[in-house]
Amino acid sequence: MSSHNNHNESKTLADKILKSTQVSVAKCYQCGKCSAGCPVSSEMDYPPSMVIRMLQTRTPENEEKLLRSKTIWLCLACEMCIQRCPMEIDIPKVMDYLREKSLKENKAHEASKDIIAFHKAFLDSIEKTGRLYEVGLIADYKLRTFNLMQDVAIAPSMYMKGKLAILPDMIKDRKGVAKIFSKTIKKKEE
Amino acid sequence: MKIGLYPGCSLKGSSREYNESVVAIAKAFNIDLVEVQDWNCCGATAAHNLSKELSLALPARILALAEKEGFEELLVPCAACYSRLSVTQHELNEDQNLKNKIIDIIGMDYKGTTKIINVIQFIDKYITDQIEYKMFRPFRHDVACYYGCLMVRPHDILKFDRPEDPQSMDKVMRKIGANPIDWAFKTECCGAGFSVSRTDIVGKLSGKLIEDASDRGAELIIVACPMCHSNLDMRRAEIEKYLKKKNKMPVLYITQAIGLAIGLDEKTLGLQRHFVPVVLKETGDDYKAEKKEVTQPVETEE
Repeated sequence: MSSHNNHNESKTLADKILKSTQVSVAKCYQCGKCSAGCPVSSEMDYPPSMVIRMLQTRTPENEEKLLRSKTIWLCLACEMCIQRCPMEIDIPKVMDYLREKSLKENKAHEASKDIIAFHKAFLDSIEKTGRLYEVGLIADYKLRTFNLMQDVAIAPSMYMKGKLAILPDMIKDRKGVAKIFSKTIKKKEE
Repeated sequence: MKIGLYPGCSLKGSSREYNESVVAIAKAFNIDLVEVQDWNCCGATAAHNLSKELSLALPARILALAEKEGFEELLVPCAACYSRLSVTQHELNEDQNLKNKIIDIIGMDYKGTTKIINVIQFIDKYITDQIEYKMFRPFRHDVACYYGCLMVRPHDILKFDRPEDPQSMDKVMRKIGANPIDWAFKTECCGAGFSVSRTDIVGKLSGKLIEDASDRGAELIIVACPMCHSNLDMRRAEIEKYLKKKNKMPVLYITQAIGLAIGLDEKTLGLQRHFVPVVLKETGDDYKAEKKEVTQPVETEE
Protein backbone atom coordinates (compact mmCIF):
# COMPACT_ATOMS: atom_id res chain seq x y z
CA MET A 1 0.00 0.00 0.00
CA SER A 2 1.39 3.36 -0.96
CA SER A 3 1.95 6.06 1.62
CA HIS A 4 -0.35 9.03 1.85
CA ASN A 5 2.44 11.30 0.67
CA ASN A 6 2.43 9.58 -2.69
CA HIS A 7 -1.30 9.72 -3.00
CA ASN A 8 -1.30 12.33 -5.77
CA GLU A 9 1.54 10.70 -7.64
CA SER A 10 -0.18 7.35 -7.87
CA LYS A 11 -2.96 9.01 -9.78
CA THR A 12 -0.86 10.28 -12.65
CA LEU A 13 -1.35 8.91 -16.13
CA ALA A 14 2.20 7.56 -16.15
CA ASP A 15 1.39 5.41 -13.11
CA LYS A 16 -1.86 4.17 -14.55
CA ILE A 17 -0.05 3.21 -17.75
CA LEU A 18 2.62 1.38 -15.77
CA LYS A 19 -0.01 -0.53 -13.82
CA SER A 20 -2.17 -1.42 -16.79
CA THR A 21 0.48 -2.11 -19.45
CA GLN A 22 3.75 -2.52 -17.50
CA VAL A 23 5.28 0.15 -19.75
CA SER A 24 7.54 2.55 -17.85
CA VAL A 25 7.81 5.95 -19.52
CA ALA A 26 10.39 6.96 -16.89
CA LYS A 27 13.08 5.09 -18.87
CA CYS A 28 12.95 7.49 -21.82
CA TYR A 29 16.05 9.71 -22.23
CA GLN A 30 14.70 11.62 -25.25
CA CYS A 31 16.98 10.35 -28.00
CA GLY A 32 14.20 11.03 -30.50
CA LYS A 33 14.63 7.86 -32.60
CA CYS A 34 10.91 7.11 -32.31
CA SER A 35 9.95 10.50 -33.70
CA ALA A 36 12.54 10.21 -36.47
CA GLY A 37 11.25 6.79 -37.52
CA CYS A 38 7.53 7.48 -37.11
CA PRO A 39 5.95 7.70 -40.60
CA VAL A 40 3.23 10.09 -39.42
CA SER A 41 5.09 12.30 -36.94
CA SER A 42 4.92 15.25 -39.36
CA GLU A 43 1.10 15.09 -39.19
CA MET A 44 1.00 14.88 -35.38
CA ASP A 45 0.55 17.70 -32.89
CA TYR A 46 3.04 15.96 -30.55
CA PRO A 47 5.55 13.46 -31.99
CA PRO A 48 6.02 10.16 -30.06
CA SER A 49 9.07 11.25 -28.02
CA MET A 50 7.16 14.34 -26.90
CA VAL A 51 4.19 12.20 -25.82
CA ILE A 52 6.51 10.25 -23.56
CA ARG A 53 8.11 13.47 -22.25
CA MET A 54 4.67 14.95 -21.49
CA LEU A 55 3.77 11.81 -19.53
CA GLN A 56 7.05 12.15 -17.60
CA THR A 57 6.08 15.67 -16.46
CA ARG A 58 3.08 14.18 -14.62
CA THR A 59 1.11 17.40 -14.85
CA PRO A 60 -2.68 17.30 -15.31
CA GLU A 61 -2.35 19.95 -18.07
CA ASN A 62 -0.09 17.79 -20.22
CA GLU A 63 -2.14 14.68 -19.57
CA GLU A 64 -5.26 16.47 -20.67
CA LYS A 65 -3.49 17.70 -23.84
CA LEU A 66 -2.54 14.11 -24.71
CA LEU A 67 -6.05 12.73 -24.27
CA ARG A 68 -7.32 15.51 -26.53
CA SER A 69 -4.47 15.25 -29.05
CA LYS A 70 -4.57 14.38 -32.75
CA THR A 71 -1.43 12.30 -32.24
CA ILE A 72 -3.05 9.33 -30.50
CA TRP A 73 -5.49 8.85 -33.40
CA LEU A 74 -2.85 9.34 -36.10
CA CYS A 75 -0.63 6.58 -34.72
CA LEU A 76 -0.81 3.74 -37.25
CA ALA A 77 0.47 1.12 -34.80
CA CYS A 78 3.21 0.24 -37.30
CA GLU A 79 5.50 -0.47 -34.31
CA MET A 80 8.54 1.27 -35.82
CA CYS A 81 9.02 3.33 -32.62
CA ILE A 82 9.40 0.35 -30.30
CA GLN A 83 11.56 -1.43 -32.86
CA ARG A 84 14.09 1.40 -32.75
CA CYS A 85 13.79 2.43 -29.07
CA PRO A 86 17.10 1.72 -27.29
CA MET A 87 15.17 1.41 -24.00
CA GLU A 88 12.50 -0.84 -25.55
CA ILE A 89 9.64 1.38 -24.39
CA ASP A 90 6.43 -0.01 -25.89
CA ILE A 91 5.01 3.26 -27.26
CA PRO A 92 2.25 1.54 -29.31
CA LYS A 93 0.88 0.10 -26.06
CA VAL A 94 0.92 3.58 -24.53
CA MET A 95 -0.98 4.89 -27.57
CA ASP A 96 -3.57 2.09 -27.23
CA TYR A 97 -4.04 3.00 -23.58
CA LEU A 98 -4.42 6.72 -24.33
CA ARG A 99 -6.91 6.07 -27.16
CA GLU A 100 -9.08 3.82 -25.02
CA LYS A 101 -9.09 6.40 -22.21
CA SER A 102 -9.66 9.36 -24.53
CA LEU A 103 -12.71 7.67 -26.00
CA LYS A 104 -14.11 6.62 -22.62
CA GLU A 105 -13.79 10.18 -21.33
CA ASN A 106 -15.24 11.62 -24.51
CA LYS A 107 -12.11 13.63 -25.24
CA ALA A 108 -11.28 12.47 -28.74
CA HIS A 109 -10.02 15.26 -31.02
CA GLU A 110 -12.52 16.67 -33.49
CA ALA A 111 -10.18 16.05 -36.46
CA SER A 112 -10.10 12.33 -35.59
CA LYS A 113 -13.80 11.71 -36.03
CA ASP A 114 -13.42 9.99 -39.42
CA ILE A 115 -10.74 7.67 -38.09
CA ILE A 116 -12.82 6.74 -35.05
CA ALA A 117 -15.95 6.36 -37.19
CA PHE A 118 -14.05 3.87 -39.34
CA HIS A 119 -12.89 1.83 -36.33
CA LYS A 120 -16.41 1.80 -34.87
CA ALA A 121 -18.04 0.82 -38.17
CA PHE A 122 -15.42 -1.93 -38.49
CA LEU A 123 -16.16 -3.37 -35.04
CA ASP A 124 -19.94 -3.09 -35.52
CA SER A 125 -19.66 -5.24 -38.60
CA ILE A 126 -17.73 -7.94 -36.70
CA GLU A 127 -20.13 -7.83 -33.78
CA LYS A 128 -23.08 -8.51 -36.08
CA THR A 129 -21.66 -11.07 -38.51
CA GLY A 130 -18.46 -12.36 -36.90
CA ARG A 131 -16.44 -11.21 -39.88
CA LEU A 132 -15.76 -7.94 -41.61
CA TYR A 133 -18.47 -7.18 -44.17
CA GLU A 134 -16.74 -4.63 -46.39
CA VAL A 135 -19.81 -3.27 -48.19
CA GLY A 136 -21.58 -2.82 -44.85
CA LEU A 137 -18.48 -1.23 -43.36
CA ILE A 138 -18.26 1.38 -46.12
CA ALA A 139 -22.01 2.13 -45.98
CA ASP A 140 -21.87 2.46 -42.19
CA TYR A 141 -18.74 4.64 -42.38
CA LYS A 142 -20.36 6.93 -44.95
CA LEU A 143 -23.44 7.39 -42.81
CA ARG A 144 -21.34 8.17 -39.76
CA THR A 145 -19.11 10.70 -41.54
CA PHE A 146 -21.33 12.00 -44.37
CA ASN A 147 -18.41 11.33 -46.75
CA LEU A 148 -21.04 10.04 -49.13
CA MET A 149 -19.15 10.54 -52.39
CA GLN A 150 -15.90 8.96 -51.26
CA ASP A 151 -14.76 6.01 -53.36
CA VAL A 152 -17.79 6.01 -55.63
CA ALA A 153 -15.16 6.03 -58.40
CA ILE A 154 -13.48 2.76 -57.39
CA ALA A 155 -16.46 0.80 -56.04
CA PRO A 156 -17.79 -0.35 -59.46
CA SER A 157 -14.29 -1.53 -60.48
CA MET A 158 -13.94 -3.38 -57.20
CA TYR A 159 -17.23 -5.11 -57.87
CA MET A 160 -16.28 -5.98 -61.47
CA LYS A 161 -12.98 -7.43 -60.30
CA GLY A 162 -14.76 -9.61 -57.78
CA LYS A 163 -13.32 -7.73 -54.81
CA LEU A 164 -16.66 -6.82 -53.22
CA ALA A 165 -18.93 -9.44 -51.75
CA ILE A 166 -22.46 -8.07 -51.91
CA LEU A 167 -23.77 -10.24 -49.08
CA PRO A 168 -22.14 -10.58 -45.66
CA ASP A 169 -20.27 -13.77 -44.81
CA MET A 170 -21.99 -14.74 -41.56
CA ILE A 171 -20.41 -17.19 -39.15
CA LYS A 172 -22.56 -19.77 -37.32
CA ASP A 173 -21.62 -18.86 -33.77
CA ARG A 174 -22.59 -15.19 -33.98
CA LYS A 175 -23.91 -15.38 -30.42
CA GLY A 176 -20.46 -16.37 -29.20
CA VAL A 177 -18.87 -13.38 -30.91
CA ALA A 178 -21.60 -11.01 -29.68
CA LYS A 179 -20.92 -12.30 -26.16
CA ILE A 180 -17.22 -11.43 -26.55
CA PHE A 181 -18.27 -7.87 -27.36
CA SER A 182 -20.68 -7.61 -24.44
CA LYS A 183 -17.98 -8.88 -22.07
CA THR A 184 -15.30 -6.49 -23.32
CA ILE A 185 -15.85 -3.24 -25.23
CA LYS A 186 -19.59 -3.07 -24.45
CA LYS A 187 -19.33 -4.01 -20.78
CA LYS A 188 -20.80 -1.62 -18.20
CA GLU A 189 -18.29 0.52 -16.36
CA GLU A 190 -16.97 -1.04 -13.20
CA MET B 1 -0.26 -33.80 -42.93
CA LYS B 2 -2.87 -31.09 -42.60
CA ILE B 3 -2.00 -27.47 -42.01
CA GLY B 4 -4.68 -25.11 -40.71
CA LEU B 5 -5.45 -22.00 -42.74
CA TYR B 6 -6.79 -18.79 -41.23
CA PRO B 7 -7.52 -16.57 -44.25
CA GLY B 8 -9.04 -13.60 -42.41
CA CYS B 9 -11.57 -11.14 -43.80
CA SER B 10 -9.48 -9.35 -46.45
CA LEU B 11 -8.59 -12.62 -48.16
CA LYS B 12 -12.29 -13.42 -48.51
CA GLY B 13 -13.15 -9.96 -49.86
CA SER B 14 -11.06 -7.19 -51.35
CA SER B 15 -7.88 -9.31 -51.45
CA ARG B 16 -9.33 -12.59 -52.59
CA GLU B 17 -6.55 -13.02 -55.17
CA TYR B 18 -4.13 -13.48 -52.27
CA ASN B 19 -6.21 -16.38 -50.96
CA GLU B 20 -6.58 -17.79 -54.48
CA SER B 21 -2.83 -17.73 -55.05
CA VAL B 22 -2.01 -19.21 -51.61
CA VAL B 23 -4.44 -22.08 -52.21
CA ALA B 24 -3.21 -22.53 -55.81
CA ILE B 25 0.46 -22.89 -54.95
CA ALA B 26 -0.32 -25.15 -51.96
CA LYS B 27 -2.25 -27.40 -54.33
CA ALA B 28 0.57 -27.36 -56.90
CA PHE B 29 2.99 -28.58 -54.22
CA ASN B 30 0.51 -31.15 -52.79
CA ILE B 31 0.14 -29.43 -49.44
CA ASP B 32 -3.11 -30.03 -47.57
CA LEU B 33 -4.40 -26.65 -46.32
CA VAL B 34 -7.64 -26.83 -44.32
CA GLU B 35 -9.55 -23.67 -43.45
CA VAL B 36 -10.44 -23.26 -39.77
CA GLN B 37 -14.20 -23.69 -39.43
CA ASP B 38 -16.42 -20.80 -38.36
CA TRP B 39 -13.50 -18.41 -37.88
CA ASN B 40 -14.11 -14.80 -36.90
CA CYS B 41 -12.31 -11.53 -37.67
CA CYS B 42 -9.10 -10.97 -35.66
CA GLY B 43 -10.24 -7.43 -34.78
CA ALA B 44 -7.35 -5.84 -36.69
CA THR B 45 -6.33 -2.27 -35.88
CA ALA B 46 -9.84 -1.23 -34.86
CA ALA B 47 -10.03 -3.59 -31.88
CA HIS B 48 -6.69 -2.75 -30.29
CA ASN B 49 -7.27 0.95 -30.90
CA LEU B 50 -10.50 0.89 -28.91
CA SER B 51 -10.34 -2.04 -26.46
CA LYS B 52 -7.42 -4.13 -25.26
CA GLU B 53 -9.58 -6.98 -24.00
CA LEU B 54 -11.49 -7.22 -27.26
CA SER B 55 -8.21 -7.21 -29.20
CA LEU B 56 -7.10 -10.30 -27.25
CA ALA B 57 -10.42 -12.14 -27.09
CA LEU B 58 -11.13 -12.14 -30.85
CA PRO B 59 -7.80 -13.78 -31.83
CA ALA B 60 -8.07 -16.13 -28.81
CA ARG B 61 -11.36 -17.50 -30.17
CA ILE B 62 -9.66 -18.23 -33.52
CA LEU B 63 -6.74 -20.00 -31.84
CA ALA B 64 -9.17 -21.99 -29.67
CA LEU B 65 -11.00 -23.14 -32.81
CA ALA B 66 -7.71 -24.19 -34.42
CA GLU B 67 -6.82 -26.17 -31.29
CA LYS B 68 -10.22 -27.86 -31.30
CA GLU B 69 -9.64 -29.02 -34.86
CA GLY B 70 -6.24 -30.35 -33.88
CA PHE B 71 -4.03 -28.19 -36.10
CA GLU B 72 -0.45 -28.12 -34.90
CA GLU B 73 0.40 -25.41 -37.40
CA LEU B 74 -1.76 -22.51 -38.49
CA LEU B 75 -0.90 -20.60 -41.66
CA VAL B 76 -1.92 -16.93 -41.44
CA PRO B 77 -1.14 -15.28 -44.82
CA CYS B 78 -2.38 -11.80 -43.83
CA ALA B 79 0.49 -10.00 -42.07
CA ALA B 80 -1.90 -8.04 -39.85
CA CYS B 81 -3.80 -11.14 -38.70
CA TYR B 82 -0.45 -12.93 -38.25
CA SER B 83 0.76 -10.16 -35.97
CA ARG B 84 -2.51 -9.95 -33.97
CA LEU B 85 -2.69 -13.73 -33.44
CA SER B 86 0.99 -13.97 -32.49
CA VAL B 87 0.80 -11.03 -30.06
CA THR B 88 -2.31 -12.50 -28.42
CA GLN B 89 -0.70 -15.91 -27.98
CA HIS B 90 2.41 -14.28 -26.52
CA GLU B 91 0.55 -12.01 -24.09
CA LEU B 92 -1.68 -14.80 -22.81
CA ASN B 93 1.27 -17.17 -22.37
CA GLU B 94 3.09 -14.51 -20.36
CA ASP B 95 0.22 -13.74 -17.99
CA GLN B 96 -1.86 -16.55 -16.46
CA ASN B 97 -4.43 -14.18 -14.93
CA LEU B 98 -5.02 -12.48 -18.25
CA LYS B 99 -5.26 -15.89 -19.92
CA ASN B 100 -7.94 -17.04 -17.46
CA LYS B 101 -9.84 -13.82 -17.96
CA ILE B 102 -9.82 -14.18 -21.77
CA ILE B 103 -10.76 -17.88 -21.55
CA ASP B 104 -13.75 -16.81 -19.46
CA ILE B 105 -14.69 -14.15 -22.03
CA ILE B 106 -14.55 -16.51 -25.03
CA GLY B 107 -16.10 -19.40 -23.11
CA MET B 108 -13.87 -21.97 -24.83
CA ASP B 109 -10.88 -24.13 -23.98
CA TYR B 110 -7.61 -22.47 -24.92
CA LYS B 111 -4.08 -23.76 -24.40
CA GLY B 112 -2.04 -21.47 -26.63
CA THR B 113 0.08 -24.18 -28.22
CA THR B 114 -0.69 -23.77 -31.94
CA LYS B 115 2.34 -22.83 -34.04
CA ILE B 116 1.39 -19.71 -35.99
CA ILE B 117 3.27 -19.28 -39.28
CA ASN B 118 3.27 -16.46 -41.82
CA VAL B 119 3.29 -17.01 -45.58
CA ILE B 120 7.07 -16.72 -45.95
CA GLN B 121 7.69 -19.27 -43.18
CA PHE B 122 5.17 -21.53 -44.90
CA ILE B 123 6.92 -21.19 -48.27
CA ASP B 124 10.32 -21.65 -46.66
CA LYS B 125 9.32 -24.82 -44.86
CA TYR B 126 7.19 -26.57 -47.47
CA ILE B 127 7.92 -25.07 -50.89
CA THR B 128 11.39 -23.52 -51.35
CA ASP B 129 13.23 -26.84 -51.68
CA GLN B 130 10.65 -28.12 -54.17
CA ILE B 131 10.55 -25.07 -56.43
CA GLU B 132 13.33 -26.17 -58.78
CA TYR B 133 11.47 -29.38 -59.65
CA LYS B 134 8.30 -27.48 -60.55
CA MET B 135 9.96 -24.55 -62.30
CA PHE B 136 8.28 -23.66 -65.57
CA ARG B 137 9.99 -20.41 -66.42
CA PRO B 138 12.35 -18.33 -64.30
CA PHE B 139 10.73 -15.13 -63.06
CA ARG B 140 13.40 -12.85 -64.51
CA HIS B 141 12.48 -9.46 -63.08
CA ASP B 142 14.03 -6.79 -60.90
CA VAL B 143 11.76 -6.81 -57.87
CA ALA B 144 11.44 -4.71 -54.71
CA CYS B 145 10.55 -7.03 -51.82
CA TYR B 146 8.21 -5.08 -49.55
CA TYR B 147 7.69 -6.65 -46.11
CA GLY B 148 5.68 -3.85 -44.48
CA CYS B 149 5.23 -3.50 -40.73
CA LEU B 150 3.48 -6.46 -39.24
CA MET B 151 5.42 -9.29 -40.85
CA VAL B 152 8.51 -8.28 -38.88
CA ARG B 153 7.18 -6.21 -35.98
CA PRO B 154 6.99 -6.47 -33.00
CA HIS B 155 10.22 -8.42 -33.50
CA ASP B 156 10.62 -9.44 -29.84
CA ILE B 157 7.39 -11.42 -30.14
CA LEU B 158 7.39 -12.57 -33.76
CA LYS B 159 11.12 -13.37 -33.86
CA PHE B 160 10.96 -13.54 -37.63
CA ASP B 161 13.76 -12.52 -39.98
CA ARG B 162 15.66 -9.26 -39.35
CA PRO B 163 13.49 -6.32 -38.26
CA GLU B 164 15.49 -3.89 -40.43
CA ASP B 165 16.48 -5.08 -43.91
CA PRO B 166 14.82 -8.51 -43.76
CA GLN B 167 15.98 -11.12 -46.30
CA SER B 168 13.54 -14.06 -46.33
CA MET B 169 11.38 -12.80 -49.21
CA ASP B 170 14.48 -11.79 -51.19
CA LYS B 171 15.72 -15.37 -50.81
CA VAL B 172 12.48 -16.83 -52.18
CA MET B 173 12.59 -14.37 -55.10
CA ARG B 174 16.15 -15.41 -55.99
CA LYS B 175 15.02 -19.02 -55.92
CA ILE B 176 12.47 -18.38 -58.67
CA GLY B 177 14.98 -16.48 -60.79
CA ALA B 178 14.17 -12.88 -59.84
CA ASN B 179 16.64 -10.17 -58.87
CA PRO B 180 15.65 -8.49 -55.59
CA ILE B 181 16.94 -4.91 -55.55
CA ASP B 182 18.38 -3.03 -52.58
CA TRP B 183 16.08 -0.27 -51.45
CA ALA B 184 15.26 1.74 -48.36
CA PHE B 185 11.56 1.14 -47.68
CA LYS B 186 11.34 -2.61 -47.03
CA THR B 187 9.66 -2.24 -43.64
CA GLU B 188 8.18 1.27 -43.83
CA CYS B 189 4.44 1.61 -43.25
CA CYS B 190 2.09 1.98 -46.28
CA GLY B 191 -0.61 3.78 -44.27
CA ALA B 192 -2.36 0.51 -43.43
CA GLY B 193 -5.58 1.09 -41.51
CA PHE B 194 -6.13 4.57 -42.96
CA SER B 195 -7.03 3.12 -46.38
CA VAL B 196 -10.55 4.55 -46.05
CA SER B 197 -10.42 7.20 -43.32
CA ARG B 198 -7.25 9.13 -44.31
CA THR B 199 -6.49 8.41 -47.96
CA ASP B 200 -4.25 11.50 -48.10
CA ILE B 201 -1.84 9.87 -45.62
CA VAL B 202 -1.97 6.58 -47.54
CA GLY B 203 -1.13 8.45 -50.77
CA LYS B 204 1.90 10.03 -49.14
CA LEU B 205 3.34 7.00 -47.32
CA SER B 206 2.67 4.55 -50.16
CA GLY B 207 3.79 7.16 -52.70
CA LYS B 208 7.18 7.55 -51.02
CA LEU B 209 7.86 3.85 -51.13
CA ILE B 210 6.66 3.34 -54.70
CA GLU B 211 8.86 6.23 -55.77
CA ASP B 212 11.92 4.74 -54.06
CA ALA B 213 11.28 1.31 -55.62
CA SER B 214 10.90 2.94 -59.07
CA ASP B 215 13.98 5.13 -58.68
CA ARG B 216 16.08 2.11 -57.79
CA GLY B 217 15.02 0.23 -60.89
CA ALA B 218 12.36 -2.19 -59.67
CA GLU B 219 9.92 -3.44 -62.33
CA LEU B 220 7.45 -4.57 -59.70
CA ILE B 221 6.82 -4.72 -55.99
CA ILE B 222 6.34 -8.03 -54.20
CA VAL B 223 4.18 -8.05 -51.05
CA ALA B 224 2.86 -10.52 -48.46
CA CYS B 225 0.13 -8.44 -46.83
CA PRO B 226 -3.38 -7.64 -48.13
CA MET B 227 -3.39 -4.15 -46.63
CA CYS B 228 -0.06 -3.28 -48.28
CA HIS B 229 -1.44 -4.61 -51.54
CA SER B 230 -4.74 -2.76 -51.44
CA ASN B 231 -3.03 0.51 -50.52
CA LEU B 232 -0.32 0.21 -53.21
CA ASP B 233 -2.69 -1.12 -55.88
CA MET B 234 -6.20 0.26 -55.29
CA ARG B 235 -5.01 3.62 -53.93
CA ARG B 236 -2.81 4.29 -56.98
CA ALA B 237 -4.85 7.38 -57.87
CA GLU B 238 -4.03 8.96 -54.47
CA ILE B 239 -0.39 7.85 -54.84
CA GLU B 240 -0.10 9.46 -58.28
CA LYS B 241 -1.69 12.60 -56.88
CA TYR B 242 1.00 12.76 -54.19
CA LEU B 243 3.83 11.98 -56.66
CA LYS B 244 2.36 14.40 -59.22
CA LYS B 245 3.10 11.86 -61.95
CA LYS B 246 1.81 8.55 -63.33
CA ASN B 247 3.24 5.31 -62.00
CA LYS B 248 2.15 1.96 -63.41
CA MET B 249 4.39 -0.39 -61.44
CA PRO B 250 2.43 -3.60 -60.73
CA VAL B 251 2.23 -5.03 -57.21
CA LEU B 252 2.23 -8.82 -56.89
CA TYR B 253 1.76 -11.12 -53.93
CA ILE B 254 4.73 -13.39 -53.29
CA THR B 255 2.40 -16.34 -53.97
CA GLN B 256 1.42 -14.92 -57.39
CA ALA B 257 5.09 -14.56 -58.39
CA ILE B 258 5.79 -18.18 -57.39
CA GLY B 259 2.64 -19.25 -59.24
CA LEU B 260 3.80 -17.58 -62.46
CA ALA B 261 7.25 -19.15 -62.11
CA ILE B 262 5.77 -22.66 -61.86
CA GLY B 263 3.46 -21.99 -64.81
CA LEU B 264 0.10 -21.50 -63.12
CA ASP B 265 -2.57 -19.65 -65.06
CA GLU B 266 -2.87 -15.91 -64.40
CA LYS B 267 -6.61 -16.27 -63.71
CA THR B 268 -5.97 -19.01 -61.18
CA LEU B 269 -3.66 -16.54 -59.43
CA GLY B 270 -6.23 -13.73 -59.62
CA LEU B 271 -4.02 -11.28 -61.55
CA GLN B 272 -7.05 -9.89 -63.38
CA ARG B 273 -8.36 -8.55 -60.07
CA HIS B 274 -5.59 -5.97 -59.71
CA PHE B 275 -6.26 -2.28 -60.36
CA VAL B 276 -2.79 -1.63 -61.78
CA PRO B 277 -2.65 -3.97 -64.80
CA VAL B 278 -0.06 -6.73 -64.48
CA VAL B 279 1.71 -6.60 -67.83
CA LEU B 280 4.70 -8.93 -67.81
CA LYS B 281 6.27 -11.29 -70.27
CA GLU B 282 4.61 -14.04 -68.21
CA THR B 283 1.12 -12.70 -68.89
CA GLY B 284 -0.97 -12.25 -72.01
CA ASP B 285 -1.70 -14.34 -75.11
CA ASP B 286 1.89 -14.88 -76.34
CA TYR B 287 2.68 -16.54 -73.07
CA LYS B 288 -0.34 -18.82 -73.26
CA ALA B 289 0.70 -19.99 -76.73
CA GLU B 290 4.20 -20.62 -75.50
CA LYS B 291 2.92 -22.47 -72.46
CA LYS B 292 1.07 -24.94 -74.64
CA GLU B 293 4.25 -25.76 -76.57
CA VAL B 294 6.36 -26.41 -73.52
CA THR B 295 5.92 -29.89 -72.18
CA GLN B 296 9.10 -30.21 -70.12
CA PRO B 297 9.83 -27.97 -67.16
CA VAL B 298 12.67 -25.54 -67.78
CA GLU B 299 15.74 -25.92 -65.61
CA THR B 300 16.62 -22.97 -63.43
CA GLU B 301 19.94 -21.51 -62.50
CA GLU B 302 20.87 -21.49 -58.86
